Amino acid sequence: MSNKTLGCHRIVKGCGEGEALVSNDAICFYLTDPKTGVVRERGHSLEGKSVAGKVLVFSTGKASSAVQMDGLRKLMLNNSLPAAMIVTTPELVLVSAAAILKIPLVDKLDQDPFGVIQTGDFVKVDATNATVTVAKTVT
Amino acid sequence: MHLTPEESKILRGENGEGARIAMELLVAVGEGFEAQKMIPISRAHAASSGQEGDLFFVEMLAKGGGRCKIPTTTNPVVNFEYFEKIMDITEEEAEASVARKVKYYYEQIGAVMSQSCIPYLAENIPQYGEHVAFSESSATPYVNSVIGAFTNRESIQTALAAGIIGKTPEFGLHFPENRKGTVLVKVETEMKDGYDYSLLGQYVGKKVGNGIPVFEGISKRPTIDQYVNLCAMMNVTGAIPMFHIPGFTVEAKTTDEAFDGNPRIDKITVTRQELKETEDELQTTNGKVDLIMLGCPHYNLDQLGDIAKLLRGKRIRSDITFWINTSATTKIMAERAGYLKILDEAGTRVITDTCIDMFCFNNLKGKTGMTDSPKCAYYRRFGNVRVGSMEECVATAIERA
Repeated sequence: MSNKTLGCHRIVKGCGEGEALVSNDAICFYLTDPKTGVVRERGHSLEGKSVAGKVLVFSTGKASSAVQMDGLRKLMLNNSLPAAMIVTTPELVLVSAAAILKIPLVDKLDQDPFGVIQTGDFVKVDATNATVTVAKTVT
Repeated sequence: MHLTPEESKILRGENGEGARIAMELLVAVGEGFEAQKMIPISRAHAASSGQEGDLFFVEMLAKGGGRCKIPTTTNPVVNFEYFEKIMDITEEEAEASVARKVKYYYEQIGAVMSQSCIPYLAENIPQYGEHVAFSESSATPYVNSVIGAFTNRESIQTALAAGIIGKTPEFGLHFPENRKGTVLVKVETEMKDGYDYSLLGQYVGKKVGNGIPVFEGISKRPTIDQYVNLCAMMNVTGAIPMFHIPGFTVEAKTTDEAFDGNPRIDKITVTRQELKETEDELQTTNGKVDLIMLGCPHYNLDQLGDIAKLLRGKRIRSDITFWINTSATTKIMAERAGYLKILDEAGTRVITDTCIDMFCFNNLKGKTGMTDSPKCAYYRRFGNVRVGSMEECVATAIERA
């Protein structure tokens, strides 16, 4: 197991760590099961996988200006929020929900996150100090 | 981010907890997007959803004494007065009580209860060049592109916070240089009706994801409802705050002017086949229909006129429930225009102040619905779904068994 620490840009401060869950697709959290955090959106690359407790690495948010916040708030009420989020394109509706619900969120990693992080790696996001540490479990 | 002494005071809580929370969110988002300062805005639209996330924030603002400083309209939630008459709401008490509280707190903070998702056509119309904060899928791209007002793709909460403070952080689409096109979309099929524009929006949102599409090949000026559909659907599958149809939308006369030197991604072509595939992907059945759900986004007056024309002297089959969602303002005008009488006589249910994604439709769970809206298909509360144009929905609803 090797550790790698990368710099990043803080969008929402805070720290979170957990197993990485990586998707090139945009995410709408309203289409997750509010109790378990399992993605229910038909045809999504994470369909059937849970976001709860994960460090989510994904491209960006999508869908209406209401539902990200509703989806994430329901996950919060069931202790199923992601631990932290790493995105490649920040999007206001997602950023707003993360800021209100205090979910650490970063972008602009030193390297392409889809290149350095794979699903199953253990990732620590320290948004406050703008670092992301990746422990490779998948080789 | 640089804050004025007055803004700092609000952030310290000296104007009350509600204003502090609103300012805290605006500053957090502003810093996330590296805004340098706040700018005044003149109006806001908060796309109130009547659900958990909406309640969480508006309750904090209201209890903290937050009050809207500028006109701030709201989205549809549920028309309680209507649904209490036709269903047993107590069976949906958990969701109903959230929605009730949401409405109560919006009233408390002094929002204008338009309860419409097309407020930019009647209750809250920005001007060209006006800086505003508009959330709601169709509203953001409509006011940016068709009207030429300046707004980012706000969330309910940032729009609400902006309504309380009367300001928004200056970044993104508040700067003219960020309003140029990023992706070229070649449309190589004739756009016949509002439904075609819905499918186009659904397809382009998915392909573009996040960006400013420039549509080439649209030769006829889109109607208002065609614009509304395009706007709404692009923000089901994507996050599209603005678009250009050179020659028709206000900020560009030609494709080159729309990109204004921006590098363009040029790999999206839309033919009849892409629209057909988009339609096929949405449809989960072609079986018997139990209900028709129209008005997502809310039908405007022209659309109520169009559907009244189709239904004049006709009668909806007794085994089909036919819902048409619209705004209160539109319904009043439809009554004056005589459309409502025709729609009532045909057996439709024209309802106001309501969103298709609310608990009042939970009892349709096992039913098959037909809609002209990909957005409705995506967020539907009913079971299987068929999609088709307004004409096709009407034809299905009046055909003999």
